[in-house]
Amino acid sequence: MAKLLDRQRYKCALGAMQTVQAIERALPVLNSGPGCAQKLSDSTGSSGYFSPNIFPCTSINEKDVVFGGVKKLDSTIANSLKVIDADMYVVLTGCIPEIVGDDTGEVVSRFNDADKPVIYAPTAGFKGNNYKGHEQVIDAIIDQYLTPSDDKQDGLINIFADVPYQDLFWLGNIRELERLIKELGLTPNTIFGYRRGIDNINKIPHAKYNLLVSPWVGINNMKKMEKKLGIPYLHYKTLPIGATETSRFLRTVGEFAGVSNEKVESVIKEHEDYYYYLIERYADLFLENRVINKQFSVVADAHYALAITRFLVNDLGLVPAKQFITDDTPKNMRDDIVKEFNKLNYGLAADVSFETDTYKIHEAIREHDYHGYPLILGGYYEKELTEELKGNFLNISWPVQDKVVFDSFYAGYAGGIRLIEDIYTVAVSRFN
Amino acid sequence: MSINLTSSNIATRENRIGSITGYVGTLKDLATKSECGTLKGCSRCFSQSSTCLSMCGLSQLAAIRNVAIIHHGPAGCSVTSANAYYMSKVMAKKRNVTSNTVYVGTDMNEKDTIFGSTEKLRNIILTVNDRYKPDAIFVSSSCATGIIGEDIDSIVDEVSYEIDVPVVAVHCEGFKSRIWATGFDISDHAIMQKIVKPPREGIKSNKINFKNFFESARTEIIDIFKNFDLEPVFLYCNSTIEELSHLSESLATTCICGTLGNYIGNALEEKYNVPYIRSINQCGITGFETWLREIGRITDRTELVERYISEQRAIYIPQIEEVKKELNGLTAVLGMGPGYTFEVSRVLNELGIKVVWALAWHYDKKYENGDVPPSMKYLLDNDIDFETSVADQQNYEVMNVLNRYKPDMYLSRHPGSTVWAIKNGTPAVYVADEYMIFGYKHTLEFARTILDTIRNRSFEENLAKRSKLPYTDWWYTQQVDTFLEEAK
Repeated sequence: MAKLLDRQRYKCALGAMQTVQAIERALPVLNSGPGCAQKLSDSTGSSGYFSPNIFPCTSINEKDVVFGGVKKLDSTIANSLKVIDADMYVVLTGCIPEIVGDDTGEVVSRFNDADKPVIYAPTAGFKGNNYKGHEQVIDAIIDQYLTPSDDKQDGLINIFADVPYQDLFWLGNIRELERLIKELGLTPNTIFGYRRGIDNINKIPHAKYNLLVSPWVGINNMKKMEKKLGIPYLHYKTLPIGATETSRFLRTVGEFAGVSNEKVESVIKEHEDYYYYLIERYADLFLENRVINKQFSVVADAHYALAITRFLVNDLGLVPAKQFITDDTPKNMRDDIVKEFNKLNYGLAADVSFETDTYKIHEAIREHDYHGYPLILGGYYEKELTEELKGNFLNISWPVQDKVVFDSFYAGYAGGIRLIEDIYTVAVSRFN
Repeated sequence: MSINLTSSNIATRENRIGSITGYVGTLKDLATKSECGTLKGCSRCFSQSSTCLSMCGLSQLAAIRNVAIIHHGPAGCSVTSANAYYMSKVMAKKRNVTSNTVYVGTDMNEKDTIFGSTEKLRNIILTVNDRYKPDAIFVSSSCATGIIGEDIDSIVDEVSYEIDVPVVAVHCEGFKSRIWATGFDISDHAIMQKIVKPPREGIKSNKINFKNFFESARTEIIDIFKNFDLEPVFLYCNSTIEELSHLSESLATTCICGTLGNYIGNALEEKYNVPYIRSINQCGITGFETWLREIGRITDRTELVERYISEQRAIYIPQIEEVKKELNGLTAVLGMGPGYTFEVSRVLNELGIKVVWALAWHYDKKYENGDVPPSMKYLLDNDIDFETSVADQQNYEVMNVLNRYKPDMYLSRHPGSTVWAIKNGTPAVYVADEYMIFGYKHTLEFARTILDTIRNRSFEENLAKRSKLPYTDWWYTQQVDTFLEEAK
């Protein structure tokens, strides 16, 4: 049912055009009103080989609403194939065709014999948010493009993590996860970002394992692939940030994929040594400052709320105040996610609220006693509030206005250090 | 035109003033056909994404201080709220004022499309009013709510009895017009309908309503107007509802962009006899002077205006003449909204730069008063002609033109457009700020910026050398109008 979405933190399912855009040379073809792509694109970093103003669009008008837009969709797909050089054409439906009942699937099936694959995903805005839309796009690839393979490649492991573009650090994070997996002697396969694209999509059925690093987004894709392609999956719910979680992550993946204990431990030791070399040098900065207190709140999707909470508690010894999950997590996934917030060092548990209404989030932050300056990691909406509370603010979740990120990342050991750098850069910019 | 303030709905630009989004030909042909009324626009059987009218309409309203926008639709429609939030915070800070404007969505889902959600909407409006105590509330529809026939007018009427500030229905179904500028008209209509009040008795004003986007030249214009004992009232960025309610008392209305200001300018004139200044716009030398003189004429301040013009000419004209020597003979392609394309073409001509092709994203055959837009009339009267298309932000058409003409520069005003020109190896000038070519001073700066841009083409060359363009070779061998179809 409709609800008050006060200062929203997600887009609609059609926002998954950004998931398609993250696949190199895959082209979203929108069956929607003329302005959906521009609205749903972020202002920085959304250009590239394709950009939202390249995405073909049926630009539905009043006549199409009344008489149907099937003919226009047909000519839009046919001409997209002629005008734009892509490896895969992903037709995404917006609200209008789904309400008026245009059969997008039928039109797309007319292009089964095209030189390039043409698939479609139902992503009407009212069907859910862009986290759900992301799953729809991956589902479409599994259902309409991939076929099972008996030719399995040893050690090949598909990795799926966060939602591209919605997550500021999507590119850097997935590359770092690849590097870590590679160090275990496995062969990572991912489909997003530079030079991955359709070749890597084609490799998916040849993998022995799927790895999902996300609290809930993508779990349905894993189940679908297990069923259709026979690929077993490991669901690792926390994006590993910092030493504690990353070492646990490597041990879990190692055990799942049959990597020897010695190998895993030697990789961990190498990283932890350097990590603590750095931490040791800067420990006094954490211990001796006047502006960062122990208590913090994260306002983000489940992915970041969980990952950052565990990092700040288990690595830096901070104490969680209330944490806010803003991605409209499906109700049936919430209990599992809460459990993860309860497994913190020293028996600590974080109070988690699934809340999409920013007014209520801000009321809760105002009411909480942080025993000093609050540390708030959240969306741009928290900036003014944190200033008002004289706290420290870091913009880590959408919407982002305070930061430009190319391929920087928070995942892994190195990512943990980056996050500390960002937090303490905020701290040292004021009186300490 | 006849403005009907009894209905919250307004007709689209296509229906109201015969605007078109598809045409390829020459400026003269376009203008001649506009004048004699024979111009027919084309549609496209292939198009790339452009802009939603709701983004234009609601961003305008969200720029007003201390109001609430309630965008009834799925979360993608109201996603503009994130940027609107940012804009209202930074723009207010820039002026050293505060804004508590809030823009919310209703996160409509599938159930709502079947069973409707007017009761929910009603509660949301009341809650927003309780939370924020806004000075006005604008309730907008979306494609989805429009198609299922959600009656926002009735809800707005109902809650109006419970809320003591204006509650206004705004109809922003994205599919109803190809022309996003219809969104500007929609926001103006909302303001005219429920915010602007008749002039108070006995009020003597020296104010000029000034419709613009982001008021970056605010202090400069205040200073200019002081010379004439006039005071600008900028709208809608950082406006208050109180200020807007008195627009009817001003001496005149002017705007930085005809596409932006046409509706409210004409509406204020029609309803309240506030003259609308219909000159070419303030870009360039001739534009600035023509505009100032028109203000002088309408407000009876001709002498003051002439004095100002001669003082300023003495300072700037020699400098502009100096830069012109270096610009002479350069070629340009430009792609902008029609409010700018045909104004900037004039300025380029003034600076000695040859326009080889001008793309306007749409084209208003006539303005609300029935006249051909002044920018076109000027070009015609001065015998200026070049190839022209009406291109609806179609990037593939722009690239086709750039590839064919290889101009010295591409000028554009819309986000995400310049990068495509530079990947083609064409230096791009982003005319982002609406005051970038305003008056003598900024015309000079603009000329120098062009010079700087074409003097160092390293970035363009570096990127062009290393990036592949997404269009097929086939497309580059086609005519620009390949996908245009005669409108039925």
